[in-house]
Amino acid sequence: MTAITAASAPARSRAGVSRRQWVGLLYVLPAVALVTVFFVIPLGMTAWMSLHNWPLMGEHAFIGLDNYFAILRDTRFWNALKFTFYYTVIVTIAIFAVAFPLAIFIEKPRPLTNLYRTAFFMPAVVGFASASLLWSWLLNVDSGLFSPAAYDLGLTEKKVNLLATFQPAFWSIIAMVVWKVAGFTMIILMTGLQSIPQDLQEAAVIDGAGPFARFRAITLPLMRRTLALALILSVAGSILAFDQFYIILRGGPRNQTLTAVYWIFNQSFVSFKLGYGAALSMVLLVILVALSLIQLWLLRKPEGLD
Amino acid sequence: MAEAMSQNRKVGFSLARHSTGIVASVLFLAPIVWTVLSTFKPAQEARQPPLPPWPTTGFSIENYQTLNSFGDGLWASAQNSIYVSVMTVLLSVLVSVLAGYGFSRFRFPFRDFFFILILSTIMIPFQSILTPIFLVLTKLGLHNTLTGLVCVYVTLQLPFSIFMMRNAFDAVPREIEEAARMDGANNVTMLVKVMLPLVWPGVVTIALFAFLGAWNEFLAALVLMTDQSKFTLPVMMTALQSGRFGAIDWGAVQAGVTVMMVPCLILFLALQRFYIRGLMAGAVK
Repeated sequence: MTAITAASAPARSRAGVSRRQWVGLLYVLPAVALVTVFFVIPLGMTAWMSLHNWPLMGEHAFIGLDNYFAILRDTRFWNALKFTFYYTVIVTIAIFAVAFPLAIFIEKPRPLTNLYRTAFFMPAVVGFASASLLWSWLLNVDSGLFSPAAYDLGLTEKKVNLLATFQPAFWSIIAMVVWKVAGFTMIILMTGLQSIPQDLQEAAVIDGAGPFARFRAITLPLMRRTLALALILSVAGSILAFDQFYIILRGGPRNQTLTAVYWIFNQSFVSFKLGYGAALSMVLLVILVALSLIQLWLLRKPEGLD
Repeated sequence: MAEAMSQNRKVGFSLARHSTGIVASVLFLAPIVWTVLSTFKPAQEARQPPLPPWPTTGFSIENYQTLNSFGDGLWASAQNSIYVSVMTVLLSVLVSVLAGYGFSRFRFPFRDFFFILILSTIMIPFQSILTPIFLVLTKLGLHNTLTGLVCVYVTLQLPFSIFMMRNAFDAVPREIEEAARMDGANNVTMLVKVMLPLVWPGVVTIALFAFLGAWNEFLAALVLMTDQSKFTLPVMMTALQSGRFGAIDWGAVQAGVTVMMVPCLILFLALQRFYIRGLMAGAVK
């Protein structure tokens, strides 16, 4: 850049060049200001507030690490965290089980493939809140679809309230999330599949490798980075799950589906224990940053041939 | 004989492929179609299970009309949602185009530091800093205002959209700029007249993501907008669905969900190319 500028404007002094470069700072200033005010400062404040007893009204008081000690004794938070991890594992497996076959299905350009791809992807552009509201209706025992339909078909003796007990409620949420997210994961996996050189597959066919052997020996290793990306996106998104549990289940039945974010929301904005909520947020933050570091490691540029 | 067999197998394969494709497509589209069709039932019928999904006792837009009778009305929330989404699009495009250009074309002190700072915010879940954001907005006098919400949404868009725009500007050959500079264009004319048309696809992509992000966001709007007249559609509809305005009117809920979904679906279908582009850019980073 400097070389080109210097070559094209030889008369311009060195000070002039560097002054021109400084203008760049003006261009990025609005972005830096926004990120500072609405991200960096709040981040510092979270850490600061977590060391305080901080009610919504009235004075806040420094209490050192007391909030963190309180977290250690907060069994409901640990239960929420446990549930969040349980949900994350199940939903990620479910999403991949649907998205991977779909990605293989739409990978090659054949007649109508684009149409199918668009259809599978449609729910992904609908918001989580809209999707949750939609499914809260479908899952409703009186005015919804699933229970009345099952009853009408004679599958159940009476209309079953799917949201009244843990198992059906939990699996209903899984079904809804898979419906909404599978198309998104499918597209990411598809890019990975398409980046595998065709001649590699053909060579393997000539060598007599069956479809399963080819999948294991060629597809999976060459998709490492894509798989890692899709996996991390799914895991990070699921750990932060809130909308569907708030809108469809309100954390019920019997508070069994409170997620980590939901618990932080309750502590901060329902009980207004802002300092304690901040300490809980720090725990969540550490988990997510650790996840991001794992992501950077998994997505590192491959050494040698990969 | 052998040829006929392979022909048969081909037809069989094609048949299996299309039936799988159609069944899967129906499964993915059914909830959306079911809802949209059900909204046109009269209120009385909309309370019954949607079997069949289409109206059987006459076509009606009653559900959309009753929607306007809750609280400040659906139209007020829709206006809030539109304002927040459009402002988020405009501001995030403006800020990211400027920043993308700055990061791509200038070498100034702390350039890499600022770039990494902005990008690394993607690692921090915004859910964990909502309380301080609430306090910062209060300090700035933006508490419970749509403008405050816009500021938060724009900030959340920045890592993705600045990354996109910097790449878009990086892809423009420097010779084009040199030629324009010879013709006496200054920085701003250069950006608007010369560069912007060349990075236009990137701009559409970040605008689309900004719109969908702002239109669909729920948690921040729920926490930051405490006054009902400031509710965006997702917050308003959740209040309605929770029975805050009396017995739950499922017909109205379906109508509201339809109003929330349709703009996203139309934008996606119209701009699919740009959407996939954005996903790819995210996927190959």
